[in-house]
Amino acid sequence: MALNDIIPKILVDFPEMSRGDLRDFKKGIDETFRTFTRANGESIENFFYPLKLFMVWFQKLLVGTPWPLMILVLAVLVWYGSRRRSLVIGTIVSLLLIGYLGMWEDTMKTLALVSVSTFVCITIGIPLGILMSKSDRTQAIIVPILDIMQTIPAFVYLIPVLMLLGIGKVPGLIAVCIYAIPPVVRLTNLGIRLVDKDVLEAADAFGASPKQKMISVQLPLALPNLFAGVNQTIMMALAMVVVASLIGAHGLGSNVLKAVNNQYLTLGLMNGLAIVAIAIVFDRVSQEFGKRLQKHSETIHG
Amino acid sequence: MADHSIEVKGLYKIFGPHGDRYIEAVQNGMSKEELNAKHGHVLGLKDINIHMPSAKIQVIMGLSGSGKSTMIRHINRLIEPTVGEVIFQGQDVCKMSEAELQEFRRHKTAMVFQKFALLPHRTVLDNTLFGIELQGVPRGECEERAKHWLKRVGLDGFEDNYPNQLSGGMQQRVGLARALTNDADILLMDEAFSALDPLIRMDMQSILLELQEELHKTIVFITHDLDEALRLGDRIAILRDGIMVQQDEPQQILLNPADDYVTDFIKDINRVRVLEVGSIMSKKKAAKGPKIERTVVIEDALQILSKASVPEAAVTDNGKTIGSITIDAMIASIARSKSTKKDGVNYK
Repeated sequence: MALNDIIPKILVDFPEMSRGDLRDFKKGIDETFRTFTRANGESIENFFYPLKLFMVWFQKLLVGTPWPLMILVLAVLVWYGSRRRSLVIGTIVSLLLIGYLGMWEDTMKTLALVSVSTFVCITIGIPLGILMSKSDRTQAIIVPILDIMQTIPAFVYLIPVLMLLGIGKVPGLIAVCIYAIPPVVRLTNLGIRLVDKDVLEAADAFGASPKQKMISVQLPLALPNLFAGVNQTIMMALAMVVVASLIGAHGLGSNVLKAVNNQYLTLGLMNGLAIVAIAIVFDRVSQEFGKRLQKHSETIHG
Repeated sequence: MADHSIEVKGLYKIFGPHGDRYIEAVQNGMSKEELNAKHGHVLGLKDINIHMPSAKIQVIMGLSGSGKSTMIRHINRLIEPTVGEVIFQGQDVCKMSEAELQEFRRHKTAMVFQKFALLPHRTVLDNTLFGIELQGVPRGECEERAKHWLKRVGLDGFEDNYPNQLSGGMQQRVGLARALTNDADILLMDEAFSALDPLIRMDMQSILLELQEELHKTIVFITHDLDEALRLGDRIAILRDGIMVQQDEPQQILLNPADDYVTDFIKDINRVRVLEVGSIMSKKKAAKGPKIERTVVIEDALQILSKASVPEAAVTDNGKTIGSITIDAMIASIARSKSTKKDGVNYK
């Protein structure tokens, strides 16, 4: 005799919502959101308009700049950030290779997307992290939201973003930011909270106001962690470019998408490796830069 | 000169989330153990009353856990008292508003910490001017004042180093320079020299005494080291388990320890090098014999008498005879005061 025969039916079949109710439930939410979109879509679009202008301008700038100048600028930036000759040479070689293989324009578009989204993440993320570090309650509210942002499948939040803003650069940017912002927020918060209590007490004893304490003690001492956060944010932004290309972010990501759809192995590999090259450059430069800011922690005495 | 004395009155500190609830019970005699067992609160300080004289060094002594660091943090209110008053120039620090407290900390007090608490990302110069920078002093003046004090503590030429590049002793000189640059009336020193090795510690004590001769600040100095206390203190207060056991001039503590705890504390002190003839002399004025100034320690006085081959000397205060001292009296005073308890009593 099977177990199912002796226990009540309600314990066997889940008491689920009737199909009709469920349909109405989903429909209701969809309708509400659609109405909301229709009513507010335009104003939301307007809200993001400056961001769009900035994004378009920046992309045009990168794409429009003659390639030798662009390589020079990037090489100088890498040098300034890392002071490492090998990294500068590596950057130049990979850029030349990327150009030679016909991916220059797409790489510049991806570079633009990642730069702008990192910029947005930092301008929102660091203040948010500071806010979180100041109160346990704020932290308790924001942490679960960050958890959701990091774990929810990216495709799920593509839907509302798409409904609100349609296909284009800004929705792609927003999708990238949602995915990439948590590390910088988390690590800013953590960095500030980890600042040595003795040093904070000294700041109090000398009569520092909360603002003075934040600017001249907490933030500078949180920098190593904060930089680790920025570094992670950049990496995650790069990881999102393929997904973002689903809703119209052009660049290397959309080529990868095309390769997946058509089983073009070489196209996929080439564009994928170009993303990897950019990622490595970004990663090493930001890490080296973070390390150089910490030069005071080197000990000389025995 | 303005009065920079600090008056602590009826100060209690009970650590825990609801310290104020148990204050009455403690005032009515509940013990530290009972409070902890019954209510899970820790009695930090109990009924502390102390007058810290202006322009003098007040030492607060005790073993770890005796509440001395808690005590000093009440003076600039880094710790909120449960009840009590800390009065400086007619104002109760414990009743100040946030803004008043900030002003008080900026201008009236400066603190030196056991673990230095320097800002690792700032150079020695920028660390030194931290306090006055917070006050809003213009950068140029900041640098000038900071450089002056760095020079005074012997850190000329280290302005652009980072704290991590300096030894412990040098780091604490930066800590001291930072506090002095603030030019505050009160200098709070929380076991400032305890983390340094003995020679460097002696060195820092000399620097402090030398500076105090011209600065005349009200210094509150926390230490667990009796030698340090005797060397620096104009007055010494001894804490035990959050209770003030004795407060007096150093000589008086050596001669008349209040209880066994204090007796134990002072028993290993080399009395010959610490006790001064002025504190053990008799008022009877000697007719003959050499003259010895009252602040001379027994060790030196004995040698003077032995060289002169006489048993008695006159004790003088700035040249004026105020009493006399005999070899016998000196030898008697060297004998340790006996503890009424057996040796090896443990004080936690």
